[in-house]
Amino acid sequence: MSTLNRRNFMRVGGVLAAALLSAGILTNTALAADTSTAKVMTTGLAVTDTTVKVGILHSATGTMAISETGSIQAEKLAIEQINAMGGILGRKIEVIQEDGASDWPTFAEKAKKLLASDKVAAVMGCWTSASRKAALPVFEKENGLLFYPTFYEGLEQSKNVFYTGQEATQQILAGLDWIAKEKKAKSFYLIGSDYIWPRTSMKIARKHIERNLKGTVVGEEYIALGDTQFGSVINKIKLKKPDVIYAAVVGGSNVAWFKQLNAAGLNSSKQTMLTISVTEDEVLGIGGENLAGFYSAMKYFQSQTNPENVKFVAAFKKRWGKDAVIGDVTQAAYLGPWLYKAAVERAGSFDVDKVQAALPGYVFKDAPEGPVTVEANHHLTTKLRVGKWRKDGQADVVYTSDYIKPDPFPKGYQ
Amino acid sequence: MFGYSMADIGNILVMQGFSGLSMFTVLLLMALGLAIIFGQMGVINMAHGEFMTIGAYTTVMLSKVATTYGFVNYYFVFAIILAFILAFALGYFIEFIMIRHLYKRPLDTLLATWGLSLVMQQSFRSTFGAKEVSAELPEWMLGSFKPTPDIDIPINGVFVMVLALFVTAGVYMFMYRSRWGLRVRATVQNRVMAGAVGINTQKVDRVTFALGCGIAGIAGAAFTTIASTGPTTGALYIVDSFMVVVFGGAASLMGTIASAFGIAQAQSILQFFMTSSMGKVTTLLVIVGILMMKPEGLFASKLRK
Repeated sequence: MSTLNRRNFMRVGGVLAAALLSAGILTNTALAADTSTAKVMTTGLAVTDTTVKVGILHSATGTMAISETGSIQAEKLAIEQINAMGGILGRKIEVIQEDGASDWPTFAEKAKKLLASDKVAAVMGCWTSASRKAALPVFEKENGLLFYPTFYEGLEQSKNVFYTGQEATQQILAGLDWIAKEKKAKSFYLIGSDYIWPRTSMKIARKHIERNLKGTVVGEEYIALGDTQFGSVINKIKLKKPDVIYAAVVGGSNVAWFKQLNAAGLNSSKQTMLTISVTEDEVLGIGGENLAGFYSAMKYFQSQTNPENVKFVAAFKKRWGKDAVIGDVTQAAYLGPWLYKAAVERAGSFDVDKVQAALPGYVFKDAPEGPVTVEANHHLTTKLRVGKWRKDGQADVVYTSDYIKPDPFPKGYQ
Repeated sequence: MFGYSMADIGNILVMQGFSGLSMFTVLLLMALGLAIIFGQMGVINMAHGEFMTIGAYTTVMLSKVATTYGFVNYYFVFAIILAFILAFALGYFIEFIMIRHLYKRPLDTLLATWGLSLVMQQSFRSTFGAKEVSAELPEWMLGSFKPTPDIDIPINGVFVMVLALFVTAGVYMFMYRSRWGLRVRATVQNRVMAGAVGINTQKVDRVTFALGCGIAGIAGAAFTTIASTGPTTGALYIVDSFMVVVFGGAASLMGTIASAFGIAQAQSILQFFMTSSMGKVTTLLVIVGILMMKPEGLFASKLRK
């Protein structure tokens, strides 16, 4: 048993001090060689030796808060996880959150504020196509970087935007192929809310049904946003008796649509329906009993059992409460910060141009939905899944496609 | 309509007739509360939709309690009563702190109640969360009633219909068969004179406003069966409500009923033969046309201003 006399103490202390010192020198030199701020950032962004500012721009108030809340939660969770791992190039992410307030000009204004005055290195945000279109000129002029989570109509590609959701053909074609084969469907009734996303999607769907599936479209219908009366539409559907209803109804109308459809006796035992506008988030409002047995085509479902997703769902519930649900867009929003981290590390720089150039080609293996690849057109190669809704508001994945390359400007579908 | 069997067409006619009637009762229920407030008091209540939302959230909350304690089958009756009481109480309070100061400034009430609607929307969002919720419906209210195998009459539609009839009858009794109604009508026709014969016109105003809000609460509770419940649900209804009241002519219960019926039938039929949004547009165009010729609405009020 050794006693701690003065000589021993000095010896131990000396070794310890030397070790600490050399470690310190080593880290310092490593930093200086690799990631000094002057080196990794040359364009005046808000990057310091220890922090990097990133913006979140979603609607926390107004109509769209219903949908965008999940995206905000996912992005914050990802950022917290990244920070817990040590941040990006040794820098913790500081979030600056702005509220787009469901008002498209506000999105542009707040984007300008984030980029021009806060000098954020990247922005996670926008949800509706309208808000993205409003903010896009700002991102292009200020040379900012936007990670956009929503599945959308395509027909867009900007060097300043990475689209982490699916563009229309990724979501539509494989789903229609599956339902045509599985249900031997020949006649389709298309119904959507009256704005750009459903209209563009239905245009693609109609072309695909008529030309490639040799089916017929027996009705195509658009409903004014916010309309809640579906009696006449449902009667038309009953008269036409389509094999499949293909639906892209959104918002408050969506809830009314499913409730009234069920009440009119068109439940899943009588009618096949494939929708591209219902995720776990929407089910909360619609009620699982009104949806049970219908299908959704999405790239992600909360019920997926791959280990990455199990981990993600557990972390999400731990952070945001056990009743939290995760829809397709929420998962896509979660990818944004991780892709940004990867891009910066690949580039070895926070400079927007270098980050943009570095991200394409990256394979994100740990994505909850399963591995995704960032393509040169800034969209992701993903799989498509068809989920069959259960009463409890979750879906059983009944079909998973092969990887589908993004094609935002599909030839022959416009 | 060729290519369809006669039986098919017959069934659709029945269901289409019902869907028109169903839309009529929905519009009527939406507009009744507003008709009382706007028609009798001249106050444009832009927060009308939010009072409906109160009713809707009351129902959703009560449905949660009901599932826990196992009285799902008949909680809806309580939900409607509670929705009425809560919306009535809040309306009473709002009249006291806000509306009564603005009676002589109709345009300011418009702005003030619009502000109120924004405040209410955001409080719903902060209290209940931004996501939409749904009320657990009792078994008997789900599905449809089938007189023949090919005809489906939605039970929730029938429910709203019956409720609308009751509420309309109730409002009629209140306005035209009770002492209170007499006072309300007297105040509308001549406020100064009504005050002179001893009617407490301030109190009449307050109760009338609160009653309108209460009925909006009932409507909101009923609409949980057919539509969504979220912080901005009320905004879905407000335009239709105003359309019905303005088209019907402000000061008349009959006007509101006739206008709800006319709009519902026109829209329902047009939406069957055109696409849904075109049907709506055409209905609106017709209404605009008629209002240009008859600016007072279908049933113009015959009182002196």
